[in-house]
Amino acid sequence: MRSFSRTLAALHRDDLRDALALAAAIAVVGASFGALAGTAGVPFVLMVALSVVVFAGASQFLVVAVVAAGGNVFAAVAAGLLMNARHVPFGLAIGGTIADRWPARLLGAHLLVDEVVAFSRARGSGPRGRTAYWTCGFLLFAFWNAGAVVGRLAGSAIPDPAAFGVDAAFPAALLALLLPALRRADARRVGLAAAVVALAAAPFLPAGVPVIVGLVGLLAARTATVARGES
Amino acid sequence: MSWAAVLVLGAGTYLMRLAGIVLRDRLSVPERVERYLDLAATALLVALVATATLTEGGGFAGWARPAGVLVGAVAAWRRVPFVLVVVLAAGTAAGLRVLGVP
Repeated sequence: MRSFSRTLAALHRDDLRDALALAAAIAVVGASFGALAGTAGVPFVLMVALSVVVFAGASQFLVVAVVAAGGNVFAAVAAGLLMNARHVPFGLAIGGTIADRWPARLLGAHLLVDEVVAFSRARGSGPRGRTAYWTCGFLLFAFWNAGAVVGRLAGSAIPDPAAFGVDAAFPAALLALLLPALRRADARRVGLAAAVVALAAAPFLPAGVPVIVGLVGLLAARTATVARGES
Repeated sequence: MSWAAVLVLGAGTYLMRLAGIVLRDRLSVPERVERYLDLAATALLVALVATATLTEGGGFAGWARPAGVLVGAVAAWRRVPFVLVVVLAAGTAAGLRVLGVP
């Protein structure tokens, strides 16, 4: 508990405000997930379990959409797992930031979400980055699940989140959080290559896989290092 | 939809989240590799931004969303506060849709 209060003491006001902005946007998406689950006929308890236990929005939408369309659920689960494989490299990258002890790491692992990774990384690997990870993680978890419950209860009264432009808010937020990392030239090269490869792969691969294919962009870092070594 | 599907997806996703963290703890990572791990996270996040901005179900997402992201990106680059970046991006996309832009 002492380490917890120390983590909380490092909380910056600005970081809390920014995390709340992300959480508000994720609540809207969570509500649309809940509404979709209702339309698909997913029982309330099962919807809450899916949302709490999986806590990875895109894969949840994927599974529920397949159920709604009457498709094969286990094929959808396999596709969802493939989509979530990106969490392995995320854990490798910021595993040291999350916590020093195992109980906290086991809990923190569940909060490993794209936005939380980006949010924490933008604040470095020190105490501020750690506090940002937990703050953003807890808030997104709470707002995502609360949103899902509200959406499930409100059902078709929930408007399409696209009407609020939430689909534009998330990429813009991630990009804003990436700007400090992209100040480095090698990161810009890798990022550009990753974007090009992922976009080129998008028409041909199932959802989520193009992002993982974006790892090919790492070759842009290597080539440049070799080139520099030769000159 | 069944409990089995929820548990398999949930357990699998959690184990993948944990796997990276465990590996990072167990391996002593040389500085050069650490740079690549960091760049890998950047690559994934930028690829996510690119596909989430421009694609929907493998096709083009329409103009409203990338326009919103562009406005948010310019705002972030001009050091506008993060909350405003989010609001500007969402507001631009929502506004364009009201005007009939897909």
